[in-house]
This record gives sequence, structure tokens and C-alpha cells, in this order.
Amino acid sequence: MRPGLRTALFLAPATAWLLVMLVMPLVVVIVFSFGERGAAGGYVPAFTLDNYANLGARWTAFRNTLTLAPLGTVLCLLIAWPLAYFLALKADPRWRTVLLILVIVPFWTSLLIRSYAWIQILGGSGLPRIIADLGLGKPRLINTPFAVMVGIVYGYLPLMVFPIYVALEKLDRRLLEASGDLGSPPWRTVLQVTLPLSMAGVATGSMLVFILLMGEFLVPQILGGGKVFFVGNALVDLFLQSRNWPFGAAVAATLVAVMLVTVTLYMRAIRRLSGGRDDVALM
Amino acid sequence: MRIYAILVYLFLYIPIGIIALFSFNAGRHAAQFTGFSLQWYGTVLSNPFVIGALKTSVIVALSSAALATLSGTLAAVALQGVRGRMRAFYDALIYMAVMVPGIVIGIATLIALVTVFDVLNPMLSGLFGEGAPRLALGKGSLIAAHGLFTMALVTVIVRARLQGMDRALLEASSDLGAPPMRSFLQITLPQIAPAVLAGFLLSFTFSFDDFIIAFFVAGSETTLPIYVFSSIRRGVTPEINAIGTMVLVASLLTLVSAQVILRRRAR
Repeated sequence: MRPGLRTALFLAPATAWLLVMLVMPLVVVIVFSFGERGAAGGYVPAFTLDNYANLGARWTAFRNTLTLAPLGTVLCLLIAWPLAYFLALKADPRWRTVLLILVIVPFWTSLLIRSYAWIQILGGSGLPRIIADLGLGKPRLINTPFAVMVGIVYGYLPLMVFPIYVALEKLDRRLLEASGDLGSPPWRTVLQVTLPLSMAGVATGSMLVFILLMGEFLVPQILGGGKVFFVGNALVDLFLQSRNWPFGAAVAATLVAVMLVTVTLYMRAIRRLSGGRDDVALM
Repeated sequence: MRIYAILVYLFLYIPIGIIALFSFNAGRHAAQFTGFSLQWYGTVLSNPFVIGALKTSVIVALSSAALATLSGTLAAVALQGVRGRMRAFYDALIYMAVMVPGIVIGIATLIALVTVFDVLNPMLSGLFGEGAPRLALGKGSLIAAHGLFTMALVTVIVRARLQGMDRALLEASSDLGAPPMRSFLQITLPQIAPAVLAGFLLSFTFSFDDFIIAFFVAGSETTLPIYVFSSIRRGVTPEINAIGTMVLVASLLTLVSAQVILRRRAR
């Protein structure tokens, strides 16, 4: 068989899949976003910018997403970095692999069920009751932004730890020794040597978490109880309840556009800061 | 430092532990543990809706993972020899398939397929009359939508493995006169096998656990996550804890084997 023909044959199924299930649907979203809503919902062909002009109607969802997604990313980063540092440089090498797998595994298990676990912890008969029994007042935890934040950090922490760990593990340990030999106290070595050298991992991890948070639906739905909603929740409402497809398509297209712009700007800033390259790690 | 790590691990595993613990609770109330019992597992396993949803989930996850692994591996191997603009085109599409949020994929697939079906169905009934097949959302659209993301994932994993492969072996094989297909089967395939298997397991897990894409494209079908989601709306029950525990244990086993396979051969 000619090599060119074999390449074409091997690529055929993936190409068909990408075109029919990715390119075509995304094109349909863009086309629909310029259309009008039918009387019974659905879509009527038209060319109008009304859907985009109307985006303000869902401003709360965009505002929540654009504040809580970056906040969640930063919280994940603050909690993940010391753990990745511990795993890469301080943990017993014999246990390193097991400890790392223990961090990654939760990410690949059902987010739905892991979020559901927090309903029981933060719900009325969980933590709040324990706090009340201790005589510390009666806090309301479930269905608050706090609950959503806990769920987000819980859900996406593993995704942040892994790339930072990879960056720290590759780091040349002699640099750390040199820093110590030259009289730097440990905290200074961490700040001036370890932290800058982990920037590629920090960039990858933050980007992955941020992208997933921008499209989040489950955590705000389950732990925010409809009071703290993201663009994802607005989309579900527009497509499955009010069946306003053209407006929903405009919201979805805007979400992807905002994501692309933020991520591109962010990556450019990081590249300029570190001068290094970024490796996207998926697992 | 070590205390900090222990605290983070507790944070990661206490919620999972609570689900497991309360799935064995004898009482109906989620708040207090009144004794050990397997009754909720019995209730769940004799519930026809749960079993039906589980069946749908397993069929969809197996088919989408198999198709995604096959086409993703083929694509990764073929892309080895592709350069220039064509390569950039495929890299962009694969990047998009991984990066576009699941919720957007779900919505886009829903409206695109419904629109296409609305055009095709009258044509089909025109062609075949009364007994014409009717296209609708269901297992097929679930398999196709899940497979899109996982195929891209398999391509990325297998490609990483191919890049780490020793090219000298392939050259030696062809110098010794082996035709390309034979070199592929005897040299390349055994070397990428762990990545392919890990890709399959991750694809299965993704499809089995996915809620958001399925929520849009499932049509009249119910997968296990959809069933759990609608049960949660009705309140916290020991049944959900039992389903959750079984799902978590199943994913944990799949994932640990994927990790072990990837790591053992990566050395």
C-alpha cells in the first residue's frame, strides 16, 4: 500500500468524527446564534444580532462565572502548590507514585457523586449541626457561594497538582543545593528558585482548571441550589427549559469566545514572564 | 509539610469515605449512623430503573471507548508521517475537541443532530414508506458525542508514547526487509499497547461518569449519572450513597489499572 493512501485510510475515521461531531455542531451554534426563536421554541432562520444585543439579560451568570472561576483557580493553586512541592521534593521516593496516583484518581471519578458527598457534609444535618452543637452559632453552608467554592476546589484540585508536580520533578536539584550552599534560608530558596522554575506547571494547571470552571454546571447546580449560577446553568435553562435555542447559541458562542480570549492572553503573559514552553498534561 | 499533605489527602478522601460509610447505614436518615446493613445495596440492585440506566451506561461506555480507541490510535499513528499545514489542521481540531467545554459540546451536538434529523427523517419516510427507520437522539448520539472527546484523548496519549519510541528499532526492521505493515504489527503495536489500553480505560471511565454531555444528547435514554442527578433533586437518600459507592469503586479499579499499566511499561 502506498504510504499516502495508508495515512489517509488511518485518518479517515478520526476525520469523519471530528467533522461531523465537532466542526458541524460548532458551525450550527454560530449560525443559530444569528437566528430567531420559533413560536414553540427551537429555531427560525434569520440574520439578526438581537441575541447578542440581549446578552445583558444573562449578565449575572457571566459575572458569577468570571469572578468565581478565577477565584476557584487561585484557591486550587494555593492549595495544590505546597502539596505538589511535598510530593516532588520531600516525599519518600518509594511512596511517591502511590501518593501521586491517590491525588489524580479522584479527578477521574464521577464529579456528580463527589459533589453530592458535599451535600451531606455541608447540608443542615452535617457540619452546621456539629458547629451548632459546639455552640458556635447556626451557620448556613449549603446553597451559598462558599459551598460552590468548596465543591470547585474539591473537584479540580487534582488537575492543578499534577502539572505542578511534573514541573517540580524535572527541576535540577543541584540548583536548590547551590542556593542553600550560598546561604539562602529555605523559604528564600522556595521563593526565588523553586517557585519560578515551577511556572510552566502553574500555567498549565491554572489554564486547565480555569477552562473547566468556565463551562461548569454540576457544582453550582448541586451545591449552589440555583442561587449561585454560572453560564453553564444559564445554558441548561435556555436549551432544556425555555427552549430559546438562538439566544442559548449566542450565550454558548460568547462563552467560548471569552474563554479563547482569556486563555490566549493568559498564555501570552505567562510565556513572556517565564520565557519557557508550556506542556499541556492531561492526566 | 507532611501534616499539610495529610490534611489535603483527608480533604480529598473524607467525602468519598462518608458516601461509602452511609451506604452501609441501617437507618434511613443521612445524618446519623444507626448500624451496619447491606439493605440499600439490595434496594438499588433490585430497582429496574437503576439496572436499566446501568446497562445503558455500560453499553455506551464500552462502544464509545472501543471506537474512540481504534480511531484515535490509527490517527495518532498516521499523524506521525503528517507535517505542515495538514498537521496544524489536525492539531487544531484535536486541541479543540479536548478544550471546548463539555456543556458546549452537548448543546452543539443537540441542536445540530436535531436539525439534521428533522431534514433526514421526512426523506427516509419518503424513501421507505411506513416502516422507515426514524433517526432520533439516543445511544447512538451518546456514543458519538462521548467518543469525540475520548478519541482526541487517545490520540494525545498514544502520540506521546510514539514520540518516546525508539526509531532505531523501526529502521532496523525495515533494513532487514520487513514490509511496513509487518514492522507496524511487530514493533510499533507492542510498544504503544500500554498507551492504547490506558486510553481505552480512561475513555471508558470518562463516558461512564459523564453527566453534562449525556444530559443534552441522551434523548429518551437514561444513563446512570442522569438517573443519579434526577434522584439528587428529590433529596439525599441512602440509595444514592450505595450507587455512588459502587460507581466510585468501579472507576477506582479501572483507573488504578490504567495507571499501573502506563507506569510499568513507561520505565
